[in-house]
Amino acid sequence: MSDIGYNSGIREDEAQFGDFFELLKPRVMSLVVFTAFVGLIAAPVPVHPLIGFCAILFIALGGGASGALNMWWDADIDKIMRRTRNRPIPAGKISGQDAMALGLALAGLSVMMLSLATNLAAGAMLAFTIFFYAVVYSMWLKRATPQNIVIGGAAGAFPPVIGWLAATGTMAIEPWLMFALIFMWTPPHFWALALFMRNDYDDAGVPMLTVTHGRPSTRRHILAYTGLLALLAVAAAFTGIGGPIYLAVAVVMNLAFLRGALRIWRRDETMAEADNYAAERAFFKLSLLYLFLHFGAILAEAVLKPWGLGGWA
Amino acid sequence: MSFQKTTHELHKRRLGRNIGVGLVLAGLIAIVFGLTVVKVTNGAFEPPRTEQGGE
Repeated sequence: MSDIGYNSGIREDEAQFGDFFELLKPRVMSLVVFTAFVGLIAAPVPVHPLIGFCAILFIALGGGASGALNMWWDADIDKIMRRTRNRPIPAGKISGQDAMALGLALAGLSVMMLSLATNLAAGAMLAFTIFFYAVVYSMWLKRATPQNIVIGGAAGAFPPVIGWLAATGTMAIEPWLMFALIFMWTPPHFWALALFMRNDYDDAGVPMLTVTHGRPSTRRHILAYTGLLALLAVAAAFTGIGGPIYLAVAVVMNLAFLRGALRIWRRDETMAEADNYAAERAFFKLSLLYLFLHFGAILAEAVLKPWGLGGWA
Repeated sequence: MSFQKTTHELHKRRLGRNIGVGLVLAGLIAIVFGLTVVKVTNGAFEPPRTEQGGE
């Protein structure tokens, strides 16, 4: 090997290990890990700790794979949006080809390992989730319809179902309640972000609701979805995953969330610009706490059940 | 011609990446081993029992 050949591929900002990890969207992964964990623990079948750990790890890896595939596919619009222009591909640290290869390899590995560690149903559901996020959402819906977030939100809602399946191998109504909670939570969460990220989506040509139907309509949509979410979240307290702790959390958090949505609905762009989208930013932050506390409460009910404290019984 | 080894900032960065990949592979091996032990000891792969000594 000659020195010339060896040196010609050198880049000053060559990708580090952390850049490849960045491709897996670690922040989204943390949500996947937490909700899948809650699904696994809330299931009525005890799981060996190592198998449980592996199940969560492979679900997270599958989530990471879809993140990498999404970054590969969306590199052109990521380059335009302020929020995403520092991602490894638009920043020029990792090539799109490498990201795609990593995504496909991790997708195959995670589905295979989850199937082996737990059961085929969980593996199949993980495979479907990756397909849904990478193909249905990223490649198809995201650039085609303003309902992209609504339908695409389903991809982020699958992890508790996979966690439940990993533990039990069979389907039940409870994991789908958790699914519905994330599914209904996603649109207001992202629309609030779209409101205060202002021109990002316009510039990138992504048909977000703010672009296609305008900002006042987006504010109305946030309120409508938050109202439906509140009904669902409180009603879930009286099902198998609920209990007094969950009910208390749901009532407090949904009142706060509804208050935030009402505030957003009452404002117009001039008011929002005057305080640099303070209400929208606060609502977005609250939405993160909202989901965390709801799933935390479901977890608490499940963990306390063996002592006769969780649930209504 | 000399074969003096020179270290470059790039080598350090590549070393970091290689160590990262190495640790991930080692972790994967540990996980597969651990899973195998758990699966074998909790009876998931027990062969079907055959009756011995007739009826």
